Amino acid sequence: MSARIRVIGKRIIVAIITLFLSMVVSFVMMRETPGNVWQGLAYQMAQSQNIPLVMAYQRLTAMYHYNPNQPMITAFLTYLNGVIHGNLGVSMLNQNVSVNQVIAAALPWTLFVAVIALGISFIIGNWLGVRMAWKRNSFLDPLMTGLSVISHAVPSFVIALVLIVVFSLRLGWFPYNGAFSFLVQPGFNLPFFLSALDYACLPILTYVLVLLGTQAMSMKSTSLAVMNEDYVSAAQARGLRESVIVKRYVKRIAILPQVTGLALSFGGILGASALVETLFNYPGIGQFLTNATNTRDYSELQGLFLFQAVCMIVANLIANVLYAYLDPRVKTEG
Amino acid sequence: MSVVVRFFTTIYYNKKALIGFILVVFFVLMALIGPLFFHFSTAIDYSARLDPPSFAHPLGTDFAGRDTLTEIVIGSQQVLSVAFWAALISLSAGVVIGILAGFIGGVVDEILMIIINLVLTIPSFSLNLILAAIFSVTSPVAFGLLLSVTAWAPLALGVRAQILSLRERDYITVARLMGLGKGYILTRELLPNIVSYLTINFIQSASGAVQASVGIMLLGLVPYSVTNWGQMLNIAINQNGGLSNPSGVYYMLSPILALTLFTFGCFLFANGIDDFFNPRLRTS
Repeated sequence: MSARIRVIGKRIIVAIITLFLSMVVSFVMMRETPGNVWQGLAYQMAQSQNIPLVMAYQRLTAMYHYNPNQPMITAFLTYLNGVIHGNLGVSMLNQNVSVNQVIAAALPWTLFVAVIALGISFIIGNWLGVRMAWKRNSFLDPLMTGLSVISHAVPSFVIALVLIVVFSLRLGWFPYNGAFSFLVQPGFNLPFFLSALDYACLPILTYVLVLLGTQAMSMKSTSLAVMNEDYVSAAQARGLRESVIVKRYVKRIAILPQVTGLALSFGGILGASALVETLFNYPGIGQFLTNATNTRDYSELQGLFLFQAVCMIVANLIANVLYAYLDPRVKTEG
Repeated sequence: MSVVVRFFTTIYYNKKALIGFILVVFFVLMALIGPLFFHFSTAIDYSARLDPPSFAHPLGTDFAGRDTLTEIVIGSQQVLSVAFWAALISLSAGVVIGILAGFIGGVVDEILMIIINLVLTIPSFSLNLILAAIFSVTSPVAFGLLLSVTAWAPLALGVRAQILSLRERDYITVARLMGLGKGYILTRELLPNIVSYLTINFIQSASGAVQASVGIMLLGLVPYSVTNWGQMLNIAINQNGGLSNPSGVYYMLSPILALTLFTFGCFLFANGIDDFFNPRLRTS
């Protein structure tokens, strides 16, 4: 028991350090980069509104609570204080919208797609992986090898583009523009839910195509390693049924690295979301990030980036804690 | 010399690796000597816009009636040079940091591991996007540097793992007992053994950098030039009716095809090199 708590405690400390460092990165990136962002904005403002530079700085200070004369440490502490209280700042372009509101509006869509895609590829990929390890030379082998080659060699945005052109524009099976039909009433009702699911199909399929092959192949290789263990041979010698061996002896151990892999896959989805969601015009975190980048909305960028980093840290932490709980070897220690 | 011969023999008998090798060489040649044969003219001919493939224009024409094949060839130079610099910079950084962590160990290792883990946790594509927005990238070297900001971390982790596993081998222990210097052990005993690992990762990094750079260009963030593949995709998607314009499909497919063939070739070639260097997989 103590071993597990020690493992988890160490993970939490590392997560907190990472969190702090990513705050430093996101702060320094916006403030201390050469060709300072604020300086550029002030010049732009002074030029476009025909006011002296000093006045432009004053306006910027008033608008974004930014003070160029403030020492870096004080500015960082102010920023840190805001972030700790859950305040990521206000969008630069639209002063009525806080970054928190942007995230609250966008996150459900990203999570909706990501969770379904992760779930599908995790369940199907692991199932196929164990099967491929158990029954060698089935037709699944070349299929999954092909899929994993695709996920290594073909960028996600190419998959997204091909899916849009084939399934949406040529065949007309799925819609692709937006997150739900304008005909339905957003809210808690069935038509809205069905429409949302319909619009999510192609983004989900994109991520599943990216994840499934790799998932199945890595499950296959870990299963093969587990099958060579003595206790599996012992179980076979005892005459246990195949389904019992696969389920209780092989899958339970082989699935462990896959659980940690889930955090990586989630990170992959978050990273790819900027491109994939923009192509599908899907109003998730990624599309807002792209828009903020295109419009140079630095405060929104900073907030969204920090939020993504936090998501990744939390996902990694959950995966590691889960691993400590699932792994029987951690249990027996101590 | 015999190594070179053996390399090509292995590649030749491994069909997948051969295909990968041919594809990679094809694109490298396209980038190096292609511009000598293809001249990009900015002359606009709206009567020939978005033509399907024909004898005069094997990949069709773009939105202004220019030859798409020429644009792909000219664009390959930029795309591949960004990939080259990104792979070179991130691999160098990864090797230096990985060796420092693995070879020195102790506190240095722990601090470097925290930094590596931090960079691994940061969503790299988002960071690249933001950096591309902050700095206006104008040269392939700068673009490569931008992509390397996060790309070095997995390489450093890999190099560190290689060094750690090699360090415990018998011949390293023997070398240490013989009183050979650390620098000698590092350069003569350790580095030659990770050359294969580095070669494979150079190719994979280049492939990843092409994907990332074209992705960033696709979002229209680095205004480079009309012949860059990513910029072509951006134009194909966002202008002239975009995806819903049926006659624009060849213009969109051309950069996709070029990009996919290159990354696919890199993947196959890297796997082939793995076979060549891995003695356990060697047949004869």
